[in-house]
Amino acid sequence: MQTQRLTRLLAAAVMAGSFAIGSIAPAFADQTLLNVSYDPTRELYKDFNAAFAAKWKKDNGEAVTIQASHGGSGAQARSVIDGLDADVVTLALEGDIDAIAKATGKIPADWKTKFPNNSTPYTSTIVFLVRKGNPKGIKDWGDLVKDDVQVITPNPKTSGGARWNFLAAWAWAKQANGGDEAKAQDYVAKLLQHVPVLDTGARGATTTFVQRGLGDVLLAWENEAYLSLEELGPDQFEIVTPSFSIRADPPVAVVDGNVDKKGTRKVAEAYLNYLYSDEGQKIAAKHYYRPFKPEAADPADIARFPKLTLATIDDFGGWKEAQPKFFGDGGVFDQIYKPAQ
Amino acid sequence: MKAHSPTRWRFRRPSVIPGFGMALGFTLTWLTLLILIPLSGLAVRSSALGWEKFWSIALDPRTLNALRISFGSAFIAAIVNAVFGILLAWVLVRYRFPGKRIIDAMVDLPFALPTAVAGIALTTLYAPNGWIGQFLTPLGIKIAFTPAGIVIALIFVGLPFVVRTVQPVMEEIDKEVEEAAATLGANRFQTIFRVLLPGLAPAVLTGFALAFARGVGEYGSVIFIAGNLPFKSEIAPLLIIIKLEEYNYAAATGIAAIMLIISFAMLLVINLIQSWSRRRYGYGA
Repeated sequence: MQTQRLTRLLAAAVMAGSFAIGSIAPAFADQTLLNVSYDPTRELYKDFNAAFAAKWKKDNGEAVTIQASHGGSGAQARSVIDGLDADVVTLALEGDIDAIAKATGKIPADWKTKFPNNSTPYTSTIVFLVRKGNPKGIKDWGDLVKDDVQVITPNPKTSGGARWNFLAAWAWAKQANGGDEAKAQDYVAKLLQHVPVLDTGARGATTTFVQRGLGDVLLAWENEAYLSLEELGPDQFEIVTPSFSIRADPPVAVVDGNVDKKGTRKVAEAYLNYLYSDEGQKIAAKHYYRPFKPEAADPADIARFPKLTLATIDDFGGWKEAQPKFFGDGGVFDQIYKPAQ
Repeated sequence: MKAHSPTRWRFRRPSVIPGFGMALGFTLTWLTLLILIPLSGLAVRSSALGWEKFWSIALDPRTLNALRISFGSAFIAAIVNAVFGILLAWVLVRYRFPGKRIIDAMVDLPFALPTAVAGIALTTLYAPNGWIGQFLTPLGIKIAFTPAGIVIALIFVGLPFVVRTVQPVMEEIDKEVEEAAATLGANRFQTIFRVLLPGLAPAVLTGFALAFARGVGEYGSVIFIAGNLPFKSEIAPLLIIIKLEEYNYAAATGIAAIMLIISFAMLLVINLIQSWSRRRYGYGA
């Protein structure tokens, strides 16, 4: 019986252990910054952090270690709310930073005014990634609801990127139908019926499309699309830029409550400001984010971004209005998914 | 293996060795810290909802579907695991073959592997262009991104529970019992179904319950293979995550509380069956 008890104990320990994972012990030294970011910024911040650390060392003679935490934008915001000692947050949606501000008071309500361009150092947009040769002939949003087309996009309930996808589709349909909201809703509902898998995050959706070979078109952050192309070779995929899309603004903020406690305010502010410097803008453009100051970036990098008409979140009344209307409990997404069953 | 007289609702007379008070105190403290406090936190948070809201969440068709998918696939997976777990345990206990230790160790791998890794690996295998999936797709069989995928993932994470609970009990059944059955004229099937399995029943039920409980709450491995379509392959834990993404802690804990109640009721029933079969057949106490 000993072994059985032991096994049970082990099983219980394993189960208990699986709950404990996820709480990461933060910071050891003084000059350590924790940047809590979202999923597709891994490569960008890997580069940027090294550049900033070198610059800080040169200017101040101090070493600074920057830790980066990546994950779904909403989940990352919740970690900060639940006490993760982030010095700065660089998330996919304004709403996620607002949520931290509201729940903890560690970020002032007017955080958007603290840095230029509504605290958005780089923007992105939503484009289509299709298979080489574009076998289904997908050119624009209207082609996504053709009979045999399968569309890959993550779940807007769990993914910030997917919310941008959703709103981009909506914005296109609305302007294509002369501003008719009902027709826009019909289009998006139809589009969702062409989605065979709802991954929980943007990276998952990319994997589904790229590795699993599922679907004909992936709705993706522009930078994710280019990254997939770069990683997997342009012999397999193509980027299709639709005529119309949305400007996706991933904002940044200093977590005042944490930096004041840790005494890292100076370096945290310098860190975010560095995103706006010429070097920072260059790095952002190199990683396929559209920089706030395109003139600072490498012209060759800027040339990669096709010109297209962009709606903005302001067309939806800002995130404070759009979030509950479209993605809240019982919102548009819930309504158009229910009858689809 | 002596059966104790069923003196219920009374402390058994303490043994001559002291320590009962300390042992009970330790047990209660430990359980309170690790289980009761977190779970009562769940109850308190979900009570913020109020009954009306709680019921509207509980009876929402999407919640009901998700619960049905979670409990249904965990149940199917646990049954599959019970059957094949017994077989695996049997092979490991009764036969000697080269590489047995390795196979024995392999059984525990699902315990050690992060479940997300398992989910990604299984999805890679069963996706329409995966090693296994590419042969199933022409036959019209879809596993990844359907409820079938959920069951596969849950079979994977639940397997060791059955094997590891049945194995030690099986080791204790003497070969002589089977030989005796044979000399008394039982055929092979009778030996298995009337002599061996009844004795194993409590252990199998324990393994089943553990695998089932694990499956109901499983998130990491399922999320990659399920497809996550509302009403089709959306599991209850995902619905909890969705509520959390809306910063709706009360609704999230509400669904969690519903799952907890159902799970607890089912585990209680399984426990009762188990203690009944233990009284009836002995073994595995």
